[in-house]
Amino acid sequence: MSQDIFVVVEHLRGQVADISYVMLAGARQLSQNSGGNVTAVLLGHNAQGLAGNLAADRVLYMDHPALAEFTSDAYLLALESLIKEQAPRAVLFGHTSIGMDVAGGLSVRGNLPLVTSCRTFGNDGKFVSQICGGKIMAEGELPSPTALVTMVPGGYKSEQGQSANAPALAMATAPALDGLRMSVKQYIEPEAGDVDISKEPILVAVGRGIQNKDNIELADELAAALGGQICASRPVVDQGWLATSRLVGKSGKRVKPKVYLALGISGAPEHVEGISDSDMIIAVNTDPNAPIFNVAKFGTTVDLLDLAPQLTEKVKQAKGG
Amino acid sequence: MKIAVPIKFVPDLVEELAIDASGASLDTSWLRLIINEFDDHAVEQAILLKERSGGQATVMAVEAEGVDDFLFTAAAKGADQLIKLTGDSAGANNHALARVYAALLKELQPDLVLTGVQAHNDLDGSIGPLLAEYLGVPFVGYVAGINASGEKVIARKEYPGGLVAETEVKFPAVLGIQAAEQPPRYVAYSKIRQVMGTTKIEERPLPELDSSGGATVSRMYQPEAAEHAAMIEGGADEAADKIIGILKELGAL
Amino acid sequence: MEITLSPLSPSISKTFYSSLRELKDGERIRKCLQCGTCSGICPFGYYMKFPPGKIIGTLRAETFDLVMKADSVWMCVSCQACTEFCPTQIPITSVLMTRTKEELLLAGNVPAELQTALRNTQQYGNPLGESPRKRADWAAGIQPEVKILGKTRQPVDVLWFVGDYASYHPRMIPATKALARILNALGINFGILGPDENSDGDSQRLAGERGLFEMMAQKNGQAFKKFKFNEIITTDPHAFNALKNEYPALGISYPVRHYTQFLAERLEQIRPMLKNEVAAKIAYHDPCYLGRANGVYDEPRTLLTSIPGIELVEMAHQRTNSLCCGGGGGGMWLDGFQWEKAHVRLSDWRVKEAVASGADILTVACPYEPPRFEDSVKTLQPASALKVREIAELLAESMGV
Repeated sequence: MSQDIFVVVEHLRGQVADISYVMLAGARQLSQNSGGNVTAVLLGHNAQGLAGNLAADRVLYMDHPALAEFTSDAYLLALESLIKEQAPRAVLFGHTSIGMDVAGGLSVRGNLPLVTSCRTFGNDGKFVSQICGGKIMAEGELPSPTALVTMVPGGYKSEQGQSANAPALAMATAPALDGLRMSVKQYIEPEAGDVDISKEPILVAVGRGIQNKDNIELADELAAALGGQICASRPVVDQGWLATSRLVGKSGKRVKPKVYLALGISGAPEHVEGISDSDMIIAVNTDPNAPIFNVAKFGTTVDLLDLAPQLTEKVKQAKGG
Repeated sequence: MKIAVPIKFVPDLVEELAIDASGASLDTSWLRLIINEFDDHAVEQAILLKERSGGQATVMAVEAEGVDDFLFTAAAKGADQLIKLTGDSAGANNHALARVYAALLKELQPDLVLTGVQAHNDLDGSIGPLLAEYLGVPFVGYVAGINASGEKVIARKEYPGGLVAETEVKFPAVLGIQAAEQPPRYVAYSKIRQVMGTTKIEERPLPELDSSGGATVSRMYQPEAAEHAAMIEGGADEAADKIIGILKELGAL
Repeated sequence: MEITLSPLSPSISKTFYSSLRELKDGERIRKCLQCGTCSGICPFGYYMKFPPGKIIGTLRAETFDLVMKADSVWMCVSCQACTEFCPTQIPITSVLMTRTKEELLLAGNVPAELQTALRNTQQYGNPLGESPRKRADWAAGIQPEVKILGKTRQPVDVLWFVGDYASYHPRMIPATKALARILNALGINFGILGPDENSDGDSQRLAGERGLFEMMAQKNGQAFKKFKFNEIITTDPHAFNALKNEYPALGISYPVRHYTQFLAERLEQIRPMLKNEVAAKIAYHDPCYLGRANGVYDEPRTLLTSIPGIELVEMAHQRTNSLCCGGGGGGMWLDGFQWEKAHVRLSDWRVKEAVASGADILTVACPYEPPRFEDSVKTLQPASALKVREIAELLAESMGV
């Protein structure tokens, strides 16, 4: 039995998901408490290149054709065998379409206690989970001997989980991965131009404060720089400046982005209804009494027409543009 | 095709939540419960599958305030069988519920089990993957779309940004529903009342609950709720800098 | 849409048609002249695939199933204009349009937005989805304290049925508070139900949810029985309509008036208290359920003209032909749907009329209206200076309370 903290790296179609770095940062903190090492577990096929910037003490890489695409069956078999062999102190998963599919099954198969929606770890090694729409925090001792944990973003910066130097890579032997009860037939990309804003993680929203159709371009550029999409409150859509598919609110869509940047939106209840699931709302409105400031986490009364271009520029710089 | 939908009621976030005297769990005395939204979608998806391919849909729940209404509504939508597990389920986590449902499902032998991909009060994982293991069947989660007409099920598994992985799964299977192919249909209240008069909810007693498999919570609390946005000082240039900082911290940059 | 006759249609049409004739005054539907007045005066008639007159036509042709498959009945805002002007006095709104919506709802042909409001009503007792426990939160800070009957358990003279939007909508709460302060200033012994109050259910009834309406009525009826009071006043014309015209058939019958009627009766007491001038041209919008549905046109005007400084102007549409704000009959929860179809908002139309009449203030007496009209003011450039006020707000301003 070791005191190592394992992180199951999430990757899809050649890209490491951001949550992997968040988990590595969390694992680092946990390992300081447990006294063990941080091991990144990479399952895949010809995927060793993905290990390049993982901030881990070592990478355990398991290669098998059946691991080329994510399936819960293959990951369950692979991880069950690995955990039995290595007996780490904890195994971290993303609270995602990948992690959640596996963590539960592993808990039952390996009789390993599971705690989910963990946001951070305390200096005392406790888990701190976030539930009930973020309204409740639950903390406790990390169960023994091997705890399975799913993590949500927000507690650590992904930079903390990234490293300039590639960690040492060791091969892990794949168990027999036959008898899989599922397989991925094909991937379907969302159609470009057919944007479903309710699935977007970054949204730049415009309201009446954008004043005219031409200014929407400013918001568009900002959204593009951030890698997000634009959406709007009713007055903008009514004027025909944006399609109805971009409408957020009671008569439009409910969105749940990581970031909702509200530009020139007053915050009427009919609109706020559509954004209450956002992780973070940043509001820009020249009226300090605009109701949007009651639901936003951060706000500024700077004119959006001045702020948007500046912000776009700085975002591009930050992204290394 | 036999489809089973185990559902769960969860705290309604419209109301204020409170922590009880122990400081480690929710105060249930004033708690209002509501259907787990994803389970509502699971019921809708089950009815859609039944409408397309024929078969039987069974909805099951653990006793709680409001559950009867929900079960009758499901029947009004087209569910064929309603099962309620009666008894005290206080303190049951998802491992406990999954064990209980697994026992019931082993008896029912459904081809497909649909359940919400998660619930906001989950702390020991979501029910679906646990249930699948207790049943010894495969699990695919984040499903928004099912084709169950052939020998195998094709589940549309969703990833962030709208990417979909069409996954073929062997029957029987448990699928974690992210969204039904159409939003849960509306049922006129008069129809629900009608169903209440004609449909029976089968009651079974809850067996002993085993909540092992989770973690013990030593403290539960509410994070500071800000009433108002923290206002960023400065002109466009300064404000932009500060926003960049916020976005970086959030992991959005 | 292809119009094809299906062999099944006669039975649906026949059953539906005969069910209409069983409703109050429903027999009159047989006397329809197919004159087209209803379709012409309907604010969305030009847009509907099946405006009222045409629906009657399909009943006679036994092709009502075509109406069932279309969704144009959801453009109906139950404004009663058709009912008001029908030459053979067919109660078109309550008999035909409401029943048609009921059938569509039963068949599941109902827009998602509306579904949410109906689901919320069932779950929380109000269409906004707000916590029932917070229904009286608006009253915090009013002195003397507003009596919540479940707590005080004293008999009162007046039970003030506050209503959903007046209790919860941020725009309406200042108006609700204003009315509370007016009642206090007049020394009225009043109480509210607070968390014991459920939606009056009238708009839900008109949107086709008869069962839900009856459930709300039952709950309110049970609440009323618990307390002692002499009469009921309402903020909301829809609640007024329900309590006066629909609840008695369910065995719930109390003397009820809209607050404007109640205050107009006390004009002599109020007049000397109106010390502040409100120098403005005001246009009064006749709400459908106060005006057309219940014939109350004068009392609100009487109250307004007693405020010093006010000059009352009338808009092009007024009294019996007042233009609906678009909120009734489910319209409050069909905005996206109706906008998608017509690209016209009835409230915009009305606001333009207010501007054309030269008014500084558009005055209303129904909680649906301030948010709807203020939204229109936001989007219509020429209207940007127009203010929207509830009568209670103007009275309170003049009274200095």
